[in-house]
Amino acid sequence: MVRRALSACLSVALFSVSLLAQPGQDGFVQVTGAPPGEQIPAAPLVISSYAFFLVLLFIYLWTIWRRIGKVEADMRSLERRQSEGGQRR
Amino acid sequence: MMKKIFVPLVVVAAAVFAYAPVAINNVPLESTMLLVQKIFYFHMATWIALTAVIAVCGVASAIYLFKGSPIADWYAVASAELCVIFGVFGLFSGSLWGRKAWGVWWQWDARVTMATMLVLVFLGYLMVRKYGGPGSEKLAAAMGIFGAATAPFVYKSTDWWRTIHPPTSVVRTLGEKFPAAWDVVIYCSVAFLILVVLLLTARVRLEALRAELDRMYLALED
Repeated sequence: MVRRALSACLSVALFSVSLLAQPGQDGFVQVTGAPPGEQIPAAPLVISSYAFFLVLLFIYLWTIWRRIGKVEADMRSLERRQSEGGQRR
Repeated sequence: MMKKIFVPLVVVAAAVFAYAPVAINNVPLESTMLLVQKIFYFHMATWIALTAVIAVCGVASAIYLFKGSPIADWYAVASAELCVIFGVFGLFSGSLWGRKAWGVWWQWDARVTMATMLVLVFLGYLMVRKYGGPGSEKLAAAMGIFGAATAPFVYKSTDWWRTIHPPTSVVRTLGEKFPAAWDVVIYCSVAFLILVVLLLTARVRLEALRAELDRMYLALED
């Protein structure tokens, strides 16, 4: 009797779990019906993304240009020292 | 050869990037994510560019480590720097997208965490080069090889582990499901690869000049 009651309870529990279980989500699902205060505006995010790329790119280009300029200045300075040393000899 | 095509390539890159916002704007809005999905075009192209520079860094590091070629070392350090630049932008643009799509700025899922670790490996490469002292080039080269070996795991992480990132099949099937978006993804990826060539060339020139300067210092001391 107890065994039958337990198996009946287990069957009901398993059945209800299968009913309550939500299907697996495959990919992004947009929330619909969110109040305006809860919604995040997309435009500032998109603009920030592209602006950040441009800023990063120009800063990086500037650092390369500055570093090349510094090395070239050092090379010119060395060439001057070499030529001055050659004239003294 | 590269000197001759560098300036024309700069003009091409400028034109391609100038038209990119127009091309992105012309793609119809994606049905579920709407406007924020527009981040995808540069976000995806960044990771493709990052993959290219990681491959360059890995191969150049291996050549330098086993053959000792200084030119390979120039390419390795130049591409490692670009890995950090593109990685930072990829993580930043992904964070902005995630804010809208997932409701959070950051999520410790497998793809994002592994991509962060990948960028940190190349940041470590640059720090070893800068502060490691004599012989640090070889140590950094080993880091470059292992950094490159990590990249396939980052790519496959969405297939192997349960993450909130879409699996790799989403991008592979984008051409069938959303052809207009696919064309612009290809366009932006080509633009970024042109940019990679230009930045890599400029950065390698810096390394070549530094090597020349070192040679001049040695000549002066002699």
